[in-house]
Amino acid sequence: MNADEMNRAITRIAHEILEKNKGTQDLALVGIRTRGVVLANRLRDKIKDIEKTTIDLGILDITLYRDDLATGKDKPVLRDTDIPFPIDGKKVVLCDDVLFTGRTIRAAIDALVDFGRPAQVQLAVLIDRGHRELPFRPDYVGKNIPTSKDMRVKVQMTEEDKEDQVIVIDSKG
Amino acid sequence: MNLVNKDILGTEQLSREEIEGILDTAVSFKEVSTRQIKKVPTLRGRTIINLFFEASTRTRTSFEIAGKRLSADVINISASTSSTVKGESLLDTAYNLEAMNPDLLIVRHSVSGAPHMIASHIKCPVINAGDGAHEHPTQALLDLLTIREHTQQLTGLKVAIVGDIAHSRVARSNIHAMLKCGMEVIVVGPPTMIPIGMECLGVRVLHNLEEAVSQVDVVMMLRIQLERQNEGLFPSFREYSNLFCLTADKLKNSRKDILIMHPGPVNRGIEIALDVMEGPHSVILDQVNNGVALRMALMYLLLGGSSETDH
Repeated sequence: MNADEMNRAITRIAHEILEKNKGTQDLALVGIRTRGVVLANRLRDKIKDIEKTTIDLGILDITLYRDDLATGKDKPVLRDTDIPFPIDGKKVVLCDDVLFTGRTIRAAIDALVDFGRPAQVQLAVLIDRGHRELPFRPDYVGKNIPTSKDMRVKVQMTEEDKEDQVIVIDSKG
Repeated sequence: MNLVNKDILGTEQLSREEIEGILDTAVSFKEVSTRQIKKVPTLRGRTIINLFFEASTRTRTSFEIAGKRLSADVINISASTSSTVKGESLLDTAYNLEAMNPDLLIVRHSVSGAPHMIASHIKCPVINAGDGAHEHPTQALLDLLTIREHTQQLTGLKVAIVGDIAHSRVARSNIHAMLKCGMEVIVVGPPTMIPIGMECLGVRVLHNLEEAVSQVDVVMMLRIQLERQNEGLFPSFREYSNLFCLTADKLKNSRKDILIMHPGPVNRGIEIALDVMEGPHSVILDQVNNGVALRMALMYLLLGGSSETDH
């Protein structure tokens, strides 16, 4: 996926979010660190272009909710969570770059409900690569990329990386 | 970010990178305590034992709250209600507690080195919550966190530590940590309260409080230990407070944005005047507030990974 394709996918997701939620009423975006936040920011900009309103945006660091903290060797660096608005009754769209096992989303939903009781939680991802280990299904997908389990999918976005692109790395070779 | 040692026994053993990593982690933990539900599941199923052989409100409560906000089970043991009163030795107590598989032991003891001895005999991590006149590392780290929050960076800052330097574990831990972070330290007090040869640690010694506070960005007042009053370190409280009580008058030549700190508990009117303690420069309650986040960060860094006891 190159920069143009990524931009088109994000534009389409923005339209789909607005269509499904019938506008921006009670809508909020919450990005999962790090590139989910980038995706959320871009979606907010697109929605602003389309509807001329700026919707709430929160940042979630799921480190403290991970189920592999005690098994990993290195402790992940903890960064700030910042949800500066009450999420009670909101339609919250969780944003992440890649949907894989679904464990990140499990942690994110656990974290989110500690902040309140949203009316709905929806899920937007740039890439769905399959291999779910938990029963999650995204509401909005930029692109489905079939992969084998030992491949790696790398999303790069200019806010964090050199350029906008998605690359699939076959670790076998 | 990983810590080099399994224990936090003193700031003397920590590198600057570790100190900064701990402070950065603590900043992120501050947010948890501002939530309506002040709890995250990070240390679910872990057991933390608070083993306190000395009186404490702030430190013990702070450790307990930190553990509970991370969902760990926290058990408090104080010397007066433990088998120590039946004559059990310190090591036997530690071995018996270890047999119940705790994941972290937090130890305060009036004898310098007691947590170090325990740590060298048991497998689980130990945090020193104050040992005699030696070290109180979590206090120093939360002090640095508080200073950094107000000044953005530590390098180049000047600090005066005032009071009974000789008997203060807070002073010792702060001196080690501050010098590592590129700060300058002046210790202030009557000559009876400053060890001879103090300069070899890399600090300056002054005996005049007003002169010291006019040169520094931060002034840290230490508690006069009332229990040492009969050691004859100074003639009377009145004389001590005339010379070393931080009053508005003694601050008149200081920087306008000076920070005033105190590790608590405070003897009002002896080492710090009431109006200064409650004045705009005082960050004493910020220190307490930051203590919880700092201790959560340490627990996370010590227990967040690598143990096999997880489910």
